[in-house]
Amino acid sequence: MKKSKMYPWYFAAGALLIYTALSVVPGLIGIGYSFTDWSAYSTDLHFVGWENFKEVFSADQDYLKYITNTLLFTVVTTAAKTGLGLLFALALSRNIKLKNFHRGVMYMPSVLSILIIGLVFTPILNPKTGLLNAGFRAVGLDSLTQQWLTNPDIAFWSVMGVDIWRGTGYIMTILIVGILAIPQVYYEAAGIDGANGFQKFTYITIPMLKQTLAVTIVLNVLYGLKVFDMVYALTNGGPGHTTEVMYTAVFKLFSQGLYAEGTTISSVMFIFMVIVGCFMIKVLTKDEVVE
Amino acid sequence: MNAKRKKLILSVLKNVLAWAFSLLMLIPLALIIVNAFKPDSEALTMTLSLPKEWDFSNFAVVIEKGKLVRSFFNSLLYAGCATILTVLFGSMAAYVFARRRGKKENTMYIYMALGIVIPINYVALMKVMQVTQLNDTAVGIILLYTALQLPFTVFLLYGFVSKVPVDLDEAAVLDGCGPWRLFFNIVMPMMKSSMITAAVLCFLNTWNEFVMPLYFLNSSEKWPMTLAVYNFFGQYSTSWNLVCADILLTCLPVIIMYLVCQKYIVGGQTAGAVKG
Repeated sequence: MKKSKMYPWYFAAGALLIYTALSVVPGLIGIGYSFTDWSAYSTDLHFVGWENFKEVFSADQDYLKYITNTLLFTVVTTAAKTGLGLLFALALSRNIKLKNFHRGVMYMPSVLSILIIGLVFTPILNPKTGLLNAGFRAVGLDSLTQQWLTNPDIAFWSVMGVDIWRGTGYIMTILIVGILAIPQVYYEAAGIDGANGFQKFTYITIPMLKQTLAVTIVLNVLYGLKVFDMVYALTNGGPGHTTEVMYTAVFKLFSQGLYAEGTTISSVMFIFMVIVGCFMIKVLTKDEVVE
Repeated sequence: MNAKRKKLILSVLKNVLAWAFSLLMLIPLALIIVNAFKPDSEALTMTLSLPKEWDFSNFAVVIEKGKLVRSFFNSLLYAGCATILTVLFGSMAAYVFARRRGKKENTMYIYMALGIVIPINYVALMKVMQVTQLNDTAVGIILLYTALQLPFTVFLLYGFVSKVPVDLDEAAVLDGCGPWRLFFNIVMPMMKSSMITAAVLCFLNTWNEFVMPLYFLNSSEKWPMTLAVYNFFGQYSTSWNLVCADILLTCLPVIIMYLVCQKYIVGGQTAGAVKG
């Protein structure tokens, strides 16, 4: 029988239809709406050209700050999760008592709702009654106590800190799987040749982990650019927009009925991510061919 | 002797590090658990000390005031239906893409997988929801979750279905199998474990999701647990004991699921990231 009869197209229709209608179509019509004055306050729709884009990228507005905040969040959390994840993965991949217990515990935050993790840390970071400041006071480090979520200089770093707490275990787990997949004989051979631990790390572990590391970094970057729940639960963009990221800004615009501005920011993200996505798929599939 | 000692020190260091990290993960959880059992006055300061008297009434209060029963069944309905739809449509699509392997199919597969990357335009999505009359309906939220989960599910299952041997298909077709029976009676049983993985992940992600209902469910009686707990938090943020009890009850299904299905969850979430 012909392939087209054995594996008919209509099998894929359901998935393609739902995905296209509710994910791709909004992205595309959103670009169209970015050139209008769409809002909750008027039923008429007018074409306004590049006005919304000019507003989003203008220096008198705060949007550029939200974009840089999002990028800062992405870079800092990706670097920290990857670095710490690698450190813990190296330490915990072999020769640890209660290995499965530790791994199970460290992975746990990845299965919890991000929103709820944010809610859990709100009382912990409370300056007066919170556990973190209480802990510092208990060991005599009163100088380290902070207004974690209300001090504009610190709040964003607290949010990033909680997110690093949440995400490191996941990255560690992926990297442990990668490390355990490296054949032991490489290390044995290198040992016979007189390589020390650091040389084994730079000449065997890192090159063999390259692909896995690339994937974890991509996952973190994707998450960071789209971050919403964590910021929404901890600070909702405050104090004074210092922790505002793109998607908390979009939600505020949406709630205020400023749909044109909201869809413009979303469209900028959409176009940017489609380009990034196509590029990523190219890179990832190219690597496969080379190997 | 020296090398042995070095190894011992290293091993002790590793174990200390492991315990430090594990404790860091467990402390917030322990904090929520102990405070969920404290009376109002005792939970004001949210310390790690055990409750002087165990107060179980918090849970009853929370279930009633937080409307947890209704939101639990809402979550169950949304996550359950979305999981069934996602795994059914996702496996069928992954199967067709993987078996036909043409240029067109490959493009379609990449088009689906791109959904893992592209962000949702929530504002414009509202327009789509209004036009299709899906806004503020259970069906709407289920379809949204299905759309959200499909790309990763197709990506995950594509890898698995490629490993199911094609020879079987040919034999079945020679025996007179049509395309439906071929998929549901021959191929699907062989993908069972990967479909369970996909289902568990889909259910978990949907259960934890919070943004879609925030945008598209206006009536509070339709809220899932995440949105209900967020709302409860806003109303009762001075009664930490109640907030903790609410958080604990909301997380409980997920934690139970994690303990039971740990292999599927960790395996699925790390699949594709590591080759081999």
